[in-house]
Amino acid sequence: MDLPQHGYRASAKPRARAGPHTGDPLLFADTSSAAPPMNNQGYYTPGYSIGGAPVGGPADAGVNNLFADPMASAAMMYGSSLANQGKEIVNKEISRYVSVNKLKYFFAVDSKYVMKKLLLLVFPYTHQDWEVRYHRDTPLTPRHDVNADDLYIPSMAFITYILLAGMALGIQKRFSPEVLGLCASTALVWVVIEVLVMLLCLYILSVHSDLSIFDLFAYSGYKYVGMIFTVLGGLLFGSDGYFVALTWSSCALMFFIVRSLKMKILSSLSHDSMGAGATAKPRLRLYITVATAAFQPIIIYWLTSHLVR
Amino acid sequence: MAFTLYSLIQAVILCVNAVAVLHEERFLSKIGWGVDQSIGGFGDEPGIKVQLMNLVRSVRTVMRGTTEKSIPFINIKHRSACI
Repeated sequence: MDLPQHGYRASAKPRARAGPHTGDPLLFADTSSAAPPMNNQGYYTPGYSIGGAPVGGPADAGVNNLFADPMASAAMMYGSSLANQGKEIVNKEISRYVSVNKLKYFFAVDSKYVMKKLLLLVFPYTHQDWEVRYHRDTPLTPRHDVNADDLYIPSMAFITYILLAGMALGIQKRFSPEVLGLCASTALVWVVIEVLVMLLCLYILSVHSDLSIFDLFAYSGYKYVGMIFTVLGGLLFGSDGYFVALTWSSCALMFFIVRSLKMKILSSLSHDSMGAGATAKPRLRLYITVATAAFQPIIIYWLTSHLVR
Repeated sequence: MAFTLYSLIQAVILCVNAVAVLHEERFLSKIGWGVDQSIGGFGDEPGIKVQLMNLVRSVRTVMRGTTEKSIPFINIKHRSACI
């Protein structure tokens, strides 16, 4: 559970030391609200000084030596313009399928949010306020609101789970490289199935909530944190530790899912018709929430039991 | 149960195919799921059955457009009925 946050901080430190002061806001700016204010030159000055600093000598001497040779400087200009074009093409193609701005909202996190969210996933019983705070009609980024969901924790937890699965199999001398890919695709497929079933249920019951596909991926991906906790418990403390960790993380995750989805699914009743159709609908929405929560321990057990024999 | 992405894609295609194969006149109208029975009830809360019927009809419409072009490319092992 410590791993994702440790890796994030460790990779952030060398850049903060080597880059110039103007480069820092670019790397850590909150790109979820607007486009970064710096133009293309901002992308290249950190690169030059990072390349110059490890060479030794002061950065000025390094840059001067680079530009003294006209061929090298011409090649560098050509290469940078080529890279720029490639970047534009990639951005255009990707933004046709996936809205990049919407995706950036889910990755605008910081270490404080990650720590609080991980604590919330393991022990959600003392948290009082589960409302997602809004700022002028748009939800606040995860950096400012601990109840907002993000995609950083699920993706990091997914990768950590795969590595942990490989390690667990290696300890039992059952490891081979194909097993890693199989484990990864199995876990991914179950998340995709769960998201598709949720989408189908939300459509059929005409629940007009603001849950997008990315939100559903985020809520499905939070179970990876529970899986990591369970596998760690099984590795450290044997079979008893596995079952204790399984029950603990299942209860915590069920509580978390029910409280979070209750805000999103059940409270959207206020937008719909007030009196007429309100009798059957809250019950069905409650069933969806409870079924989603009850599915989590089943899938956690299914995906981790073969790792801890 | 070890899944791969390919088996998921296969399962999804087979399920969508199964929904697309349901014939309008011979089957859906007989059990009261025809397209002419879904209009009505202009309240803002269509029921479950109406939503399902709309879903079936839209799947059939979309699949009619795409499978006519892609039948040679889909290699379905079970040789089920396709439109």
